[in-house]
Amino acid sequence: MTHTFLGMPSTAPPGVGHLRGTEPFPSAARRSLADPQLRRNLGHATATIRARSAGMIAEVPDWQQLREAGRAIKTDVMARLPELLEQLEARVTEAGAVVHWAADATEANRIVTDLVRATGSERVIKVKSMVTQEIGLNEALVAAGIAPVETDLAELIVQLGDDRPSHILVPAIHRNRAEIREIFLRAMPGVDPGLTDEPAALAAAARNYLRQTFLTTKVAVSGANFAVAQTGTLAVVESEGNGRMCLTLPETLITVMGIEKVVPTWQDLEVFLQLLPRASTGERMNPYTSMWTGVTPGDGPQAFHLVLLDNGRSAVLADPTGRQALHCIRCSACLNVCPVYERTGGHAYGSVYPGPIGAVLSPQLTGVADNASLPYASSLCGACYDACPVKINIPELLVQLRDQAPHPRAEAAAMAAAAYTMDHPRLYEAAQRAVRLSRLAGRRGCALPPPLDGWTASRDLPDPPAQTFRQWWAGR
Amino acid sequence: MRIALFVTCLADTVFPEAAKATVRLLERLGHEVVFPAEQTCCGQMHVNTGYQREALPLIRRHVRTFDPYDVIVAPSGSCVGSVRHQHPLVARRAGDDRLAGRVEDVAARTYELSELLVDVLGVTDVGAYYPHRVTYHPTCHSLRMLRVGDRPLRLLRAVRGLDLVELPDAEQCCGFGGTFAVKNADTSTAMLADKMRHVLSTRADVCTASDASCLMHLGGGLSRLRTGVRTVHLAEILAATERSAITGERTAVRP
Ligand code: SF4
Repeated sequence: MTHTFLGMPSTAPPGVGHLRGTEPFPSAARRSLADPQLRRNLGHATATIRARSAGMIAEVPDWQQLREAGRAIKTDVMARLPELLEQLEARVTEAGAVVHWAADATEANRIVTDLVRATGSERVIKVKSMVTQEIGLNEALVAAGIAPVETDLAELIVQLGDDRPSHILVPAIHRNRAEIREIFLRAMPGVDPGLTDEPAALAAAARNYLRQTFLTTKVAVSGANFAVAQTGTLAVVESEGNGRMCLTLPETLITVMGIEKVVPTWQDLEVFLQLLPRASTGERMNPYTSMWTGVTPGDGPQAFHLVLLDNGRSAVLADPTGRQALHCIRCSACLNVCPVYERTGGHAYGSVYPGPIGAVLSPQLTGVADNASLPYASSLCGACYDACPVKINIPELLVQLRDQAPHPRAEAAAMAAAAYTMDHPRLYEAAQRAVRLSRLAGRRGCALPPPLDGWTASRDLPDPPAQTFRQWWAGR
Repeated sequence: MRIALFVTCLADTVFPEAAKATVRLLERLGHEVVFPAEQTCCGQMHVNTGYQREALPLIRRHVRTFDPYDVIVAPSGSCVGSVRHQHPLVARRAGDDRLAGRVEDVAARTYELSELLVDVLGVTDVGAYYPHRVTYHPTCHSLRMLRVGDRPLRLLRAVRGLDLVELPDAEQCCGFGGTFAVKNADTSTAMLADKMRHVLSTRADVCTASDASCLMHLGGGLSRLRTGVRTVHLAEILAATERSAITGERTAVRP
């Protein structure tokens, strides 16, 4: 391994990529909550995926054992990550590819940009990938005069709309077909001006445009869902087949992969290939599973580069509880069941990783001070934990991250005072009387002062009881 | 049976009716209820807001207070969940394995009311009478932390006069979440709005649950909109009898 992996692991650097939002969650959420179209699209889409996934999961009698197996494999991977990565590097290199190590987003972007430049190509086609969004690769390529073209339909809609993805799996979940038609008419090269908003017509327009691009672009960039250390095999799963075009047609393939994506053996892969499609799209099997090992002479890309990205992952790995977040297989089940995500959508989370997993992953990758509002963006209802195919205990992680987050001074003082009071029953009883008196002084439903005014904005306060329980008990 | 009441700070201070109903119900079933007066708060608010260090003395106090009792009951899924799942975590993270062992021991003897009734005392018909149209909201911590399952519904089905109507999308969070309701008041309110819509669609007069905290949130919203739907803790329904209906004993958290 290179020097970049030695020493204290550092978090993802600021100023590059998309792990940090520009405003705290509550204010970003307020905007989304006020958008009826967004609320309708999200409510409809998440309910549909939830139902489909639940049906598929119900078919599998050993679903809970499969989840447990997934969790156990990932726990093992995290425990011996360096060893597995070295094995992966050796196998991939033996198979005729080049492995690069990137400590952070800046390094990864530089590596990829240099590799593309060396091919002389001014355009790359891209397979949908979260990790290249995370590091802001498209922006880096554009800055170097290289045009990245997203080939996943939803990702293309986002790219042409000059927008940001709002869902891990369905990046354009916040758009409806009328909006998509408008985006295509505005931004898609060579589009038929008579385009309708029929889903089939929209898909055909995209196919037309992408076909041309596939046949004329010599470099592709992808992420990876899994990498098998045993044989050095990379795997990408997808629904449309556009990913497979990118992975097979060009001369050069560059894959950027988070270091946590490695699995030890093909037998381990088998577990995740069962878990992922049912939990994510609600399918028995995803339509396309592409796997490749290095370079095969005369078949597919003749140059293959694998970029292994850290970007804060080693720092996450250093925390024995927090490292669970690295188990994530990006199925997005936790988003689809999350009552907060369902109402705010993905943009409110700021980072490319939205929803419950985003709320625990982004603050760990960046350091919790840079995403301090995210661990609080949950009611701790626990639906995500039940849905997660690899059993990540997201509520536990949220609570732990809240403990590590910087606290507002006034709140910290009030919480310390409350704890002191509650540890002294006399003071506690006096405080109970004070609650009653202060409530009697006002009218029911009257507003509380900040920071508690959020309560009374939409909810009445209960009437103060005539006596507390302990007063009643004492007088019995 | 001798049962120690873990009243919870919220029921003690703001919703004593739920706690009084728990006492009346258990005594009516022939059990002895004791109230260890040294108890205050289990520390859940501190843990959920990110103050584990401050919660530690409260966890120690909770363990000291309840250690002498064989059976402990709380009229709250959330507070029992905190004792079972958060106390050991916080103790371990503080490096106090001895405390972790003691809290696990106490947690194993601590039950949410419907668990106590159905699993420990073996009753589903508690002899209650409550002639109202009622819908039940399974609170997240009862549902997913404690897995109380259909115990509350079995208890409610056995109540005479009670017309139980199913709540659509019942398993969705009401949006309370403690600190969440204040820090993310807008999102919390959006979740509340959907929950209220479902409650109103049942045309129930009463919405019940086994957590005073969620009921405070839901009841606060229903009251703000003057819907006329009351929120009533499960314990109060189970404690109600023909006699209490006639003598007009208070059985509702809010009018
Ligand atoms: S945290 Fe679990 S449920 Fe959420 S995206 Fe990752 S694997 Fe899926």
